Amino acid sequence: MLKRTFLTTAAVALAMAATGGAALAQEKTKVGFVYVGPIGDGGWTHEHDVGRRAVEEEFGDKVETVYVENVPEGPDAERVMTQMALDGADLIFTTSFGYMDPTINVAKKFPDVKFEHATGYKTAENVGTYSARFYEGRAVQGLIAGEMTESNIIGYIGSYPIPEVIRGINSAYIHAKKVNPDVEFKIVWAFTWFDPAKEADAAKVLIEQGADVILQHTDSTAPQAAAEAAGNVYTFGQASDMAEFAPKPRISSIIDNWAPYYIEQVKAVMDGTWKSEQTWDGIGPGMVGIGEITDAVPAEVKEEALALKDRIASGEYHPFTGPLKKQDGSDWLAEGETADDGTLLGMNFFVEGIEGEIPQ
Amino acid sequence: MDLSAINPVLLIASLMVAATPILLAGIGELVVERAGVLNLGVEGMMITGAICGFAIAVNTGSPALGFVAAAGGGALLSLLFALLTQYALANQVASGLALTLFGLGLSSLLGQGYVGIKPPPTDRLDIPVLTDLPVVGRILFGHDLMVYFGIALVALVWAFLKYTRAGLILRAVGESHDAAHALGYKVKRIRVMAIMFGGACAGLGGAYISLVRVPQWTEGMTAGAGWIALALVVFASWKPWRVLIGAYLFGGVTVLQLNLQAAGLAIPVEYLSMSPYLITILVLVIMSADKSRAPASLGRIFHASQ
Repeated sequence: MLKRTFLTTAAVALAMAATGGAALAQEKTKVGFVYVGPIGDGGWTHEHDVGRRAVEEEFGDKVETVYVENVPEGPDAERVMTQMALDGADLIFTTSFGYMDPTINVAKKFPDVKFEHATGYKTAENVGTYSARFYEGRAVQGLIAGEMTESNIIGYIGSYPIPEVIRGINSAYIHAKKVNPDVEFKIVWAFTWFDPAKEADAAKVLIEQGADVILQHTDSTAPQAAAEAAGNVYTFGQASDMAEFAPKPRISSIIDNWAPYYIEQVKAVMDGTWKSEQTWDGIGPGMVGIGEITDAVPAEVKEEALALKDRIASGEYHPFTGPLKKQDGSDWLAEGETADDGTLLGMNFFVEGIEGEIPQ
Repeated sequence: MDLSAINPVLLIASLMVAATPILLAGIGELVVERAGVLNLGVEGMMITGAICGFAIAVNTGSPALGFVAAAGGGALLSLLFALLTQYALANQVASGLALTLFGLGLSSLLGQGYVGIKPPPTDRLDIPVLTDLPVVGRILFGHDLMVYFGIALVALVWAFLKYTRAGLILRAVGESHDAAHALGYKVKRIRVMAIMFGGACAGLGGAYISLVRVPQWTEGMTAGAGWIALALVVFASWKPWRVLIGAYLFGGVTVLQLNLQAAGLAIPVEYLSMSPYLITILVLVIMSADKSRAPASLGRIFHASQ
């Protein structure tokens, strides 16, 4: 914009415009958000947008937010981020695992812009990462699922075989198995974060093959609708509460609560105190919420689930506590030992008892 | 691996449901292309149909009215394409792509108030005796009407193109619009009608996703089905029955691969995931080894003065 002003007006006018523009830019902190799905997906992206709106509400005129929806994970993402940086964004949140390398690449070109990448593991001077310990919520979910299943078959719709998803499967399985030793997991990989028709198909297939509890790690509410149509099938809200499907099929949910984190980071950028960090918070700090457990769940199961939630929140219990073996039967964690974050962040194996291979 | 977990009857039944959206959109696009027009806006018309149908079905409580509205919405949007390409003589590829982008945006605008709402259920056909027959009952007589409508539409389009005079004229317009014009046929009018038919079919296909297959409204929910329908027409060498085969094959392998995954088949999931595309293309390419080719005037702009 300044360039255009320079071309069309006198040098004096330019000087005035420049000071005016700079003053404006200082007043407003511009924050960009890159979304993998539409904000109306009712799940993952929806919750990030709730966080974005919370930032706007918190800072009012002092902040300007921009977002782009449906950005494919790949070169397109780099283009979108570059554009945001060129448009003067001070801080950019990239909200999907597949944006990891694009974020790092773009961050190199714009050292003055801060980047926050969700669920990844690569950082740089101006790139921080943040994620939630969804596996803590999965533990609670697994417990309820193990108690609720009659057929002892639990269906799991995976998105991509990345550590975050594998952690969730393992955590849910371990805790379902604890309360129900006969439980079996059937896993379908959808290879998409968001495709309602495909997610619905996957849910239907799992139900046809006997599953009466469906866990999903994809973003839309389609599996909930499929479960509702099928009748006696239970589901859990993913990323968002999905309360419109309560009290049945949705009997509880994992809610991502990004707002406090987003507000904190925007504040840090405003104050000039932002630095690259790896944030990974769970139920305790409130980044992962457990949605209301409905009355479709027996009272004692609900109590048991809430107790587990409290023990995880207080740090008394870690969902990955030994003795645990890997799928191939080799030892992983000894009695009482808990998994370290490094292993969890790079988790690429199933625990003992889960059938099927992880696509490599 | 436990293949016995897969129930072939349910598999075939869900295959027919999975195939119906692309079948409807594909057969509509086939008529458009046989008239010599390449409309790449199928995805946009589908998603517009999906929300139009959904909104009307929710507001009136009648899925049937929803489907009518979906056809209307798709046709209306395609009219925009018709105006651009037939009267303003705009480039068809660019206009079609623009139509897809426009449709995606328009649908999310229209759909603002419909996220998280449940549509009225679409009734399944329930003929006493017949639906209760073992095996065939569930496969043949247990669906909603749109599944049969899709198949009937294929038969109708086939008969129309092959046996009727109007069909012959439509094909003539698609093969050589200059010759058709010289014979006194209204090239533009015929093409506009074909485009609207294609739009209506795409709208129905979209509404089938939002009202039956998923069933709910989510932004961007067609997720590429329109592009698959477009590809299907080409690989089916512009022949109606082959579109049906292609759609069922695609729907079938899609459902089958999910079933195989759930049953724990020891084939890497990546191969299973790509299999619907590969197998459909392969089969249709082999089938089109005969001398079938695209309509000669496909994608060319017609103006009476040239």
